[in-house]
Amino acid sequence: MDEFVVNAQNLTKVYKMGDVEVHALRGLSIQISKGEVVSIMGPSGSGKSTLMNIIGCLDKPTSGDYFLDGEKVSELNDDQLATIRNRKVGFVFQNFNLLPRASALANVELPLRYSHNGGKRHQRAKEALEAVGLGDRISHQPNELSGGQQQRVAIARALVNNPAIVMADEPTGNLDTKSGDEIMDLLLKLNQENSTTLIIVTHDPEVAELTQRVVSIRDGEVEN
Amino acid sequence: MSWQAILEAFESLSTNKMRSGLTMLGIIIGVAAVIAVLALGAGASDSILGEIEAIGSNLLFVTQTTSSEVRNPKPITLEDAEAIADPFAAPSVLAVAPSLQGSAEVTYLNENKNTTLLGVTPDYERVRSARLSEGLFFDSTQLSGNASVVILGYQIAEDLFGRSDGLVGETVRIEGQPFRVIGVLEEKGGSSFNSEDEQILVPLTTAQARLIQRQNPDQVDLIYVQAISAESMVTVEEEIASILRARHRTPIGLDDFTIFTQQAILDVASTVTGVLTIFLGGIAAISLLVGGIGIMNIMLVSVVERTKEIGLRKAMGARKIDILAQFLIESSLLSFVGGCVGIVLGWAISFVVGQIAAGSNMALNPVVDLNSVMLATLFSAAVGLFFGLYPANRAASLEPVEALRAE
Repeated sequence: MDEFVVNAQNLTKVYKMGDVEVHALRGLSIQISKGEVVSIMGPSGSGKSTLMNIIGCLDKPTSGDYFLDGEKVSELNDDQLATIRNRKVGFVFQNFNLLPRASALANVELPLRYSHNGGKRHQRAKEALEAVGLGDRISHQPNELSGGQQQRVAIARALVNNPAIVMADEPTGNLDTKSGDEIMDLLLKLNQENSTTLIIVTHDPEVAELTQRVVSIRDGEVEN
Repeated sequence: MSWQAILEAFESLSTNKMRSGLTMLGIIIGVAAVIAVLALGAGASDSILGEIEAIGSNLLFVTQTTSSEVRNPKPITLEDAEAIADPFAAPSVLAVAPSLQGSAEVTYLNENKNTTLLGVTPDYERVRSARLSEGLFFDSTQLSGNASVVILGYQIAEDLFGRSDGLVGETVRIEGQPFRVIGVLEEKGGSSFNSEDEQILVPLTTAQARLIQRQNPDQVDLIYVQAISAESMVTVEEEIASILRARHRTPIGLDDFTIFTQQAILDVASTVTGVLTIFLGGIAAISLLVGGIGIMNIMLVSVVERTKEIGLRKAMGARKIDILAQFLIESSLLSFVGGCVGIVLGWAISFVVGQIAAGSNMALNPVVDLNSVMLATLFSAAVGLFFGLYPANRAASLEPVEALRAE
């Protein structure tokens, strides 16, 4: 099964809200190969966010097995999960989530700070910013950058640690059409150059069209 | 913990300067208060103990008991003093100086002053280590002859003559009677009680005969006894007690006299100043505690405000310990910087108070000792750590998914 970078089997997730149990995932299985570009779609309440959190190692399934890049994630504790996130997962958020008072460079360095092989931080962060076309903006703060530029900083941050997968949650959701297209072009270009596995969670059919495979989620299960 | 982490904490605190400053103010005031109180306490203690030590060395003081439990107490008399001075009865006694104290009006031309008048014997000079800036002390001839001679305290000389030298041979009037000045005492400097600069000394016999009226004409108020050494103080006390018991015919346990040693007075004084310092220092330390609670409060607000940032950091791979360290460094930095500023401020306060005391001629020299500085620094850093622990732990325990969802 090693050819799959993401390999989840029979995932269930149950939230307890008072006396009511909410089944967000009902035995969902998903495999994603290395270098693949996949979009995950589904209406709100479908379990899409829960799946994204589990694949991104932010949350653990109630039951089921999840292997990320060959490591069994579903049984790790919180600190081990943090280390996995640091080494193997890059996040791109809808609202960028940059540290407001830190420079672009410092923002990109953030994952390296929590990394044990964090040598040459400046150098690596600078290269990542150059790769997204922001080599001349490294000392700018987020409020001095446009939305598209901010998202590029976030992408540089997601890539700086050479992760196994990049999770992008509505990466174009807060951008105008033109910037959105540029961001999608950049993500796909980086996928081609570095064969980084790219998982995009989106509502937008136009974004989903650009990916190699679309996985639709409904009521906690994969829809065929 | 790296330089980068400290730098980052510093940046984070400086983004909200007003809030950080106000939070630190609590610690600054607390530390400054502790430092200043301890310094002033040490200074006051030094000056009080110094004054007691300046009375002389290896001294005992013999007075009449004023307790009402003793019936018909006999006064201490000149004969008692002479008996104590007997080298066969009290071999450990070096010198004995009986004295009589009263108040008198001194006049020179149109200037007059109410002063403390002491009737003393020639041994007073040695026992009290009295130093004259000019002239000579009484001799035994002047004592036995009820001579009309006087030694002026420094301040009295200044007040009456406007100078303190070249006064030997001048005549002043004490209670209207002419006295020849034979000496002036050296300036002793400020004193909190009963300054010696404000005293005048006359021969004991003269005081008894003409200036201070007592029921028993032989009565004295206080006998200074000097022991031959510090080790013989206890022996001397026993010798004096047995002599006086025999002379006053008092059974054991109901003495009509009291013997204080200088050491006992020193002990009492240092206990009193010590208790006072601890008491005031404790009150000051409470403000440090309040400052610590201020830190905790502001850190809790900060954790809530930065929930999203914490979530992001966790998503980027920050472990519990990383977040915990980040917030602990911030709270410790607040209290440490506050502590350093507080030390400087406390130092400045004690310096200013010392200057004011010196300006008003009070013998108070505040002592900021290194121990209290170290104590304050450690304590304030500990306050930061302790009160930062709860908020930091709260931040570190946030679930990444929940934290990222926060607005």
